Amino acid sequence: MILAAKDINTFYGASHILQDVSFEVEKGEVVALLGRNGVGKTTTLRSVMGLTPPRTGSIMFKEKELTGKPAYAISWLGIAYMPDDLRIFPDLTCEENLEIARRLSRNAGYWSRERVEDLFPVLHARKKQKGANLSGGEKKMLSLGRALMANPELILLDEPSEGLAPLIVKNLAEVIKKIREQNMTLLLADQNLKFCRKVSDRGYILEKGRIAHSGTMADIWKDEDVIKKYLVL
Amino acid sequence: MGLGPSQAQRAPDMLESIVHVCLAGLSIGMFIWLVASGLTLIFGVLKVLNFAHGTFYMLGAYLCYWILARMGDNFWLGLILGPLAVCAVGFLIERFFLRHVYHLALPYQLLLTFAFVLIFDDAVKIIWGAGSLGSPTVPGLSGSFPILGRNFPSYSLFIIAVGPLVALAMWAFLERTWWGRIIRASSSDREMAAAIGVRVPALYTSVFVLGTWLGALGGGLAVPYVGLLTPGMGEVIIIDAFVVAVIGGLGSLKGAFFGALIIGLLSSFGTRFIPTFDMFLTFILMAGVLLWRPQGFFGEAK
Repeated sequence: MILAAKDINTFYGASHILQDVSFEVEKGEVVALLGRNGVGKTTTLRSVMGLTPPRTGSIMFKEKELTGKPAYAISWLGIAYMPDDLRIFPDLTCEENLEIARRLSRNAGYWSRERVEDLFPVLHARKKQKGANLSGGEKKMLSLGRALMANPELILLDEPSEGLAPLIVKNLAEVIKKIREQNMTLLLADQNLKFCRKVSDRGYILEKGRIAHSGTMADIWKDEDVIKKYLVL
Repeated sequence: MGLGPSQAQRAPDMLESIVHVCLAGLSIGMFIWLVASGLTLIFGVLKVLNFAHGTFYMLGAYLCYWILARMGDNFWLGLILGPLAVCAVGFLIERFFLRHVYHLALPYQLLLTFAFVLIFDDAVKIIWGAGSLGSPTVPGLSGSFPILGRNFPSYSLFIIAVGPLVALAMWAFLERTWWGRIIRASSSDREMAAAIGVRVPALYTSVFVLGTWLGALGGGLAVPYVGLLTPGMGEVIIIDAFVVAVIGGLGSLKGAFFGALIIGLLSSFGTRFIPTFDMFLTFILMAGVLLWRPQGFFGEAK
């Protein structure tokens, strides 16, 4: 078990967003958090990253307790994060956005700027551009590339397929398969069930801040009642 | 402004006079720049308006003077060690006080930093007395240099050179070093910076100490220039620095640099040609900028 959340409760101010959420991710697995808008997928990822720390409960990563640790310490342990709004540093160039993550990381490994640029050639072509001047699609690749540059053991991806054209979503699925080959573990939050089925092994379905259902992606895909109840608008 | 050397000499020739008034204005502007640069750096990264920044200027001046008086009147030694000692003060203020008000509204930050202004003004009065201290001359720079037939103090020329050098060094540091890039990344997105491994609290402390050093360096450099040190000298310069920061655009170093030049020149020309309105001009300019372009010359529109 590389990541195990047990009964976490996370709040935004007074509103109780996550209620006794528990889930587990095995090393090398790709796990999807599913559910409609506003059910707590982003908050779950932010809780793991230490950006909105849970008030109670425990999150263990490689037998280490994450709750109570600041985000930078969690990042040093080997977790990287691609937020849904991508959060590219606007003043830094494309190249600097990648390099800064490698320099701040405490882990070394397969991913270098050359390899990330091989994966996303457009990042090489745009390397001297300021982050603010990149297109939405470029920012998405850069944000994912920046997460890889830290050579983490676990990557948290928030809405990776959101806003992408169907063909690009297909490419993204290929990219995630390539990333997996480097012994990477992924936890992703996405509303696109088809995409999740393609890339993930298991899924947890969130509903109103609680885990409503879980299972292998193959089982969830077949379960029309569950899909109707929790996933289709 | 109360900074410049006397410009009361009769001007036999208009051009000479204007050149000299310009030079005097530039040197005044460079002092304001040194203080405003630290203020701007701290505001740009930490989003804290540090009212105590003038206090670092004052402490820089007093400690530089105190050290040089004990080190065989060696001004350069005082200029190096004095501001470093003030950095220790800045470190303690950030680490144990300011850090706890970052999440509070601006008025709380201003109140806390204003409290430090009062505390250190009184501390300086207790330690060095309320009267002003005399200032030493600087070996090698105490003379003057003939420009267009009139002498201009060498030390003022030195100050005019130091200002752009500091600006250039800061630009190179922020644009060309990884520490600088990390500072820029954190100032634009603190949370994402933390998520990629920036120890934001430690970075904030380091930026605050760097800003402190810039203000204290301005104070140390002012020792031979102002002619006398007074416990209130920090308040005089912090007002100018705030005006400069507002005109240039809060958080913009480029804005602070050009704002300081404008205010320095305006003050110098005001003192020379319309002394009655000297103080007035700066604030008229600030009011005008606030009405016409509230974000300042180089600030980003909201």
